[in-house]
Amino acid sequence: MNEIIPPFNLREFITLPWSDSITATSNFWIVLMGFLVAMTCGLVGNYLIVRRMALVGDAISHSVLPGIAIAFLVSQTRGSTAMFIGALLAGITTTIIIEIIHKKTRVKQDAAIGIAFTSLFAIGVILISLFASQIDLDQECVLYGEIGYIGPEALAGEMKQFLGIPVGPAPVARMLLVAIATCVLIVVFYKELLVSSFDPGLASSLGINATIVHYALMSWLSVVVVSSFESVGAILVIGMLILPGATAALLTSRFSLILFLSVVHAALSSLGGVHLATWLNCSPAGAMIVMACVLFGLAWILGPHDGLIRRWYLVRSQTAPGILPAQTIER
Amino acid sequence: MFSVRASFLILLLSAVLFGFTEDLHAARIGDISDSDIREQAARFFSFQDPAVRYAVAGSILLGICCGLLGSFIVVRKMALVGDTLSHAVLPGVALGFLWNMTKDPMAIFIGATVAGLIGTGVVNLIKQTTRLKEDTALGMVLAGFYAVGICLMTMIQQLPTGNVSGIDKFLFGQAAAIGFTDLKLMAVVTGLSLLIIGLFYKEFLLSSFDAGFARVAGFPVQMLHYTLMLLLAFAVVISLQAVGVVLVSAMLIIPAAAAYLLTDRLHKMIWLAAGFGMLAGVVGAFFSFLGPALPTGPFMVLGASVVFGAAFFFSPKHGVLTRWWRQRSHARQIHRENTLKSIYHVLEGREFKKESVTLTELKERRNESLEEARERVRELVSHRLATFDRSTNEIHLTPDGWQRACEIVRNHRLWELYLTNAAQIAADHVHDDAEKIEHVLGEDVVRQLEKRLNFATKDPHGRDIPGLQDIERGKGTFTRPEETIGYGRRP
Repeated sequence: MNEIIPPFNLREFITLPWSDSITATSNFWIVLMGFLVAMTCGLVGNYLIVRRMALVGDAISHSVLPGIAIAFLVSQTRGSTAMFIGALLAGITTTIIIEIIHKKTRVKQDAAIGIAFTSLFAIGVILISLFASQIDLDQECVLYGEIGYIGPEALAGEMKQFLGIPVGPAPVARMLLVAIATCVLIVVFYKELLVSSFDPGLASSLGINATIVHYALMSWLSVVVVSSFESVGAILVIGMLILPGATAALLTSRFSLILFLSVVHAALSSLGGVHLATWLNCSPAGAMIVMACVLFGLAWILGPHDGLIRRWYLVRSQTAPGILPAQTIER
Repeated sequence: MFSVRASFLILLLSAVLFGFTEDLHAARIGDISDSDIREQAARFFSFQDPAVRYAVAGSILLGICCGLLGSFIVVRKMALVGDTLSHAVLPGVALGFLWNMTKDPMAIFIGATVAGLIGTGVVNLIKQTTRLKEDTALGMVLAGFYAVGICLMTMIQQLPTGNVSGIDKFLFGQAAAIGFTDLKLMAVVTGLSLLIIGLFYKEFLLSSFDAGFARVAGFPVQMLHYTLMLLLAFAVVISLQAVGVVLVSAMLIIPAAAAYLLTDRLHKMIWLAAGFGMLAGVVGAFFSFLGPALPTGPFMVLGASVVFGAAFFFSPKHGVLTRWWRQRSHARQIHRENTLKSIYHVLEGREFKKESVTLTELKERRNESLEEARERVRELVSHRLATFDRSTNEIHLTPDGWQRACEIVRNHRLWELYLTNAAQIAADHVHDDAEKIEHVLGEDVVRQLEKRLNFATKDPHGRDIPGLQDIERGKGTFTRPEETIGYGRRP
């Protein structure tokens, strides 16, 4: 047991990822990529949490796999356009399949989600293993993600140029584009998203078509998931989607602040994840999610407003009749 | 209820016997890599290879176990709890592996079960102490535990002693890697699940469908829930080797959901789900056996999805296509009955002086185009409710058609009378309602209406309500069936 976990040394834990210029450069790109992925996913994920659709995110993150695999087979390249289209179609297909199973039969929504994404994911895995030579994607990438390979790529000096300015390795540049687009979309459609998420009735009275918003959100979710897919794999994406928003939701109830805090959470978890991964010598994507969980745990226990310690203190001292445990408020 | 329990016990015994009869150590199927598909298929079906027998036996056991427990998951709306549970076992698998650095099934079994239970515990804790909703909590635990597992797995892979080839198989599953110890564990868990569910079937049934009533009736609902979660964790863990962490939940949900579409009785659903699970398991084992690097889990899931798809479209009661077909034939029946009614009205308008109706009369009565009327008559003729004479464009009802027409008009007028008499609705407001109900009134309801209305013969608008005599009038004489008598004519 001991041979697997190296001794913990705070100084080394902090300095090791940045000890020499090669590791530092490589780690810089990994942290940046992790931040971009976690931030983009986290921003979209906030809406999933509010709409109680967290597990639809799970479903879509699994079911983009067959879309990507088929796009590879059809286009025979790792071109990002084909991949985006494939993933988009797969994501929308999942949403529609879930709706159909749930509406047309007596199977409940949870089971419908479970049926839809596992079947599509199974098709994806089978395609990957059958056409391993044609699809430049292996099972490992699906499971762990390949964020660790960005470092070597950056060191090799393969920078994507934008208007003559080197932006970064191709995956980072792509993710940056998606991240910027996500931020722009959220700012432009802030009101529509907010209202239709919290109060569909009010939304329709304001002339906002909730169905269109729903499908638009699902489509954009597919885009975000597919661009994160390569970096963190199919399953860890769900952590990137939910953990930042869930942590932020424990700290405040103002939605704009939640969005901001989830970005902070994304930055901290990707930075901490790289340190953790260097210490334990493990998958950086996995370590980022573990770090995100640790941050969630901290917010859960120490949260100034709603944390376990504060709540325990309030219940014990009975001094604040206005503030009661969440459970009581809900009932 | 005895028979249900008895059959569970019989299945339990056979499961145990099945699991323990063989004690052979086999070469793993995955070891043989380059032989062609037909040869592999022949090897699979000959059952000569002990590894094939292990894989098939294991798939059958896990199919039974997952179907049994999955049925409860589906009816309790806990499908995604199963998903979270199945991802949350991963760190336990890795720790079980680390225990003595080999793929020891027992250590992995214990580690995975504990991790799965901790995972579900954390979900409950988050739900109870924060404002976050269940779906968020499930997603977080799923991703968090899975991430810890991934970190541990990548750490194990870097160890010089880490036998990676074995632990890798836990992600997507490889039925060929099932060993004898795995099979024993599977038999024990399946047996235990069958025993517990069989003994406490009534308790589980009641607490799944009406927890409130079960609590009032004094059943330990919480206790039953935790028992189910424990069995569920066991089921997930024994299925890991064959199906893999990522897709175990599918084996729980899909066969049970397919069974849910086919029956309304829980015990039948369980049997069906177990059967589907077995089928999917064996199909998956077979297909993954055909190629060297094909994982088992996805094929099993795909097999189960095909079964679900069939149930989704063709289930006799809940299938989408069967329901569509039923609705369509019902709509066409109503369409035909309306035609018959219109013909009756035309005949009635002439005080039954003439026995046939022309196409133009029907068309005018229904206010439709000639083509539509022709289509209506064609439909009647094809169901032997009327005959059509092309030269004169005349429609004759057959005795069956005449009888149905009388019945429909009778239903309509009785209902109108009933509404005006009993519900005090004005006579000019009752038509629309009667128009709808005339097609669905059954024999016994009509008898009751007649009795309540004192066998009235006139409807609120003063028209005759056709009765048995009228129907008989149209039947014709059976001695001379070709001859038209009354209003009917033989086809």
